[in-house]
Amino acid sequence: MSAATEKKIRVVVAKPGLDGHDRGAKIIARALRDAGMEVIYTGLHQTPEQIVETVIQEDADAVGLSILSGAHMTLVPRVLELLREQGADDVVVTLGGTIPSDDVKELKELGVAEVFTPGASTEQAVEFIRNAVRA
Amino acid sequence: MATTGSDSERWERDTFRAAPERDAPFSTISGEPVRPLYTEADLPADPDGVIGFPGEYPFTRGVYGSMYRGRLWTMRQFAGFGTAAETNRRFRYLLDHGQTGLSTAFDMPSLMGLDSDHPRSEGEVGREGVAVDSLGDMQTLFSGIPLDEVTVSMTINAPAAIMLAFYVVAAERQGVPAERLGGTIQTDILKEYIAQKEWCFPVDPAMRLVGDMIEWCASHMPRWHPVSISGYHIREAGSTAAQELAFTLKDGLTYVEQAVARGLDVDDFAPRLSFFFNAHIDFFEEIAKYRAARRIWARELRDTFGARKPESWRMRFHTQTAGVSLTAQQPLNNIVRTAIEALAGVLGGTQSLHTNSFDEALALPTENAVRVALRTQQIIAEETGVANTIDPLGGSYFVEALTDRMEEQAYEYFGKIDQLGGMVEAVKRGFPQREIADAAFRYQQELESGVRKMVGVNAYTEGDDLGPEILRIDPAFEVEQVQRLRTIRERRDADRAARALEALVEGARDPGENLMPLLLEAARADCTEGEMVSRLQTVFGSYREAPVF
Repeated sequence: MSAATEKKIRVVVAKPGLDGHDRGAKIIARALRDAGMEVIYTGLHQTPEQIVETVIQEDADAVGLSILSGAHMTLVPRVLELLREQGADDVVVTLGGTIPSDDVKELKELGVAEVFTPGASTEQAVEFIRNAVRA
Repeated sequence: MATTGSDSERWERDTFRAAPERDAPFSTISGEPVRPLYTEADLPADPDGVIGFPGEYPFTRGVYGSMYRGRLWTMRQFAGFGTAAETNRRFRYLLDHGQTGLSTAFDMPSLMGLDSDHPRSEGEVGREGVAVDSLGDMQTLFSGIPLDEVTVSMTINAPAAIMLAFYVVAAERQGVPAERLGGTIQTDILKEYIAQKEWCFPVDPAMRLVGDMIEWCASHMPRWHPVSISGYHIREAGSTAAQELAFTLKDGLTYVEQAVARGLDVDDFAPRLSFFFNAHIDFFEEIAKYRAARRIWARELRDTFGARKPESWRMRFHTQTAGVSLTAQQPLNNIVRTAIEALAGVLGGTQSLHTNSFDEALALPTENAVRVALRTQQIIAEETGVANTIDPLGGSYFVEALTDRMEEQAYEYFGKIDQLGGMVEAVKRGFPQREIADAAFRYQQELESGVRKMVGVNAYTEGDDLGPEILRIDPAFEVEQVQRLRTIRERRDADRAARALEALVEGARDPGENLMPLLLEAARADCTEGEMVSRLQTVFGSYREAPVF
C-alpha cells in the first residue's frame, strides 16, 4: 500500500483531570498533525468518561493522555478500564507528564503502551505511536 | 569623545570580523537577535529621563530610593500539599529557617472551585497544593502563625474572592482585623484564560469578581494586594519574554480600566496592585524585562490614567524562577539554573522571590530540596555582594538596549490587542493563547533540532544522576480531608448556611452589588468553597475553552 492511500492514523490527545498545564499536550497534538496524523484534541479538564467517549466516537487508533496534576494513578487506570468495558482495549494508550518511575512501571503493567516523561522529544512520541498502531 | 554608530561599524568590519564566529544562534531564548557588541550608541537618546534614578519616575532603576540597602527582598517560598495541617507544618519549618513571608499553593480542586468530595476531585486532593474547602481549613492552615506579623501570599484566581473571605474570617477569629492583614492574593483571572487555565465562570462575571475585590479591599484592607498580575504562568506556558511582559501589563491595565470605570479613583487602588514575573534562564533578557515593565507601568499609570500619587506609578513585583527550565535529567544541575535565575530577579530589582527546588521536575519538593532553594537566596543576599549597590547593571549598553527593545515589543502587542477591542475581547478570541502556543512550539522545534541546547537533555547527556528521593503524597490525606468536610457540613447551623447561599445568589443577580460582604457571611456560616461556586454558577454559568493547537 502506498503512503498516499494508506489510512491516516487517528489520535485523540486528551487532558484528563483538573490541571491546566496544556503546553505539552498542544505541542504533541501539533507534532502528530504535522507528521500526517488525524488529531483530535479534547481540551482541558476532561473526565475519563468524556475521553473514552471521544475515543469511541472518533474511532481513534491511539489516545495520548497528558497529566501534570499528580492524579495519574487514579485517572489512567480508569481510562483503561472504561476502554476495556467498551471493547476498545486495542486502542494504543500513551501517557505524558511528570510521572515517577515506580508509577511508570505499574501503569505499563496495567496496559499503558508507553510513558513519556520530561525531556522526551515529539519525534519519539510520533515514532512510537506510528509503530504501535501499525503493529 | 562619545562612541557613535559608525565607530561600532568600523570596529565590526576591521577587528571583529577578523575571526570566524562559533556556530551558535546568538539570540535570546525568546529568539531576539543579539549583536556581538553594544556601545554608547545603543543607549537611549535621553538616558537621564528614560533611565533616571531609583525611587523616581520612571523607576527603570528600581521602585525604592534605597532598594536592597534599605531592606532585602522578601524570601517567599511557595508551599502547599496534603491537608491544611500538613502545610501548616511546612510553613512553620520555613519560618524557622529564616523565610520572611508565606506563600500558599492550593490543590487543583480548590483552584477550580470544587470541594474535596466532588467526584471530579478524586485523586487530586492535596496533590499539587493544599486542600482548602472551608473556613475551618483556612484556620488550620495558619494556626499558630500571627497573621498581623507575617505577610501571606495566596495563589488562587477563579475562586479568589471566596478564599479571601475565608482568610479574613480566619484572621478575625485570631483577633486580627482585616485592616491589619498584609499580603497578596493572585486573583488575576485574565491570565487564567490565557495560560494557567483554572477557571470557574465565564470571562465577564469573573472580571466583575475581580472588580468587587479591588473595590472592597480599597476601603477595608489598606495593607493587602487584591490582585497580583502574573506573567509567571504565561511564560511557563511557553511564551517569549516580550509576550510575558506585554500580556501581563495589558492584563494589569485592563483591571485598572475596569476599576476606574466602576467609579474608583485610580490613586485609591493602584498602589495596591502588584505583579508577579518569571525568572527564566536567559539572564540579561530577564533583567531587561523587569526594567522595561517598571517604566511602562509608571508611564501608563501617570499619563494614560492620570494617577497623581507616585505609589500608583510604582510597579512592585514578586519573582519565581522558571519551573519550565528545570530538567528531570541530572536534577542537581537545577540548583545552578535556579541560582542564575534568582540572581536575574535580584539584579532586576524584585521585591520578593521564590526559588524552585531542584527536584521539581520530578515531583513536589522534599524538605531538603526546599532548604537548598532557600539557602540559594540567602547566599545571593549575604555572600555575593550584589545587594550593595542599586541596579548595578543600569547604564550597561546591552542591558539598556534590551530594555528599550522589550518596551518597544510590548507596545507593538498593546497595539494589536487594542485593535482586537482590548484584552478581554482578545482573550475571548484566543489571541494571546495562540501567540503563546506558537512560541512554545517554535521553542520545542529549536530544542529538537539541536539549535537550542539544554544540558542533560539534548547535550552532555552522559552520567544521568540517579533519581533523588521524591515526596509522595499519602492517599490517606484525601480520605481525611473528605471526612473533615463532611463533619463541617453536619455540625454547622444549616439554616444560616442556606440563608447565606441564598443571599449570595441574589447578590450575583444584581451586577451593581459587591459580593465580598456576602461571601464573608457565607464563610462565617461555614459554607464550603464548592457550595459557593456552584451556587454562583447558577447565575454566572461556567466556562469552556475552544481548544486551539
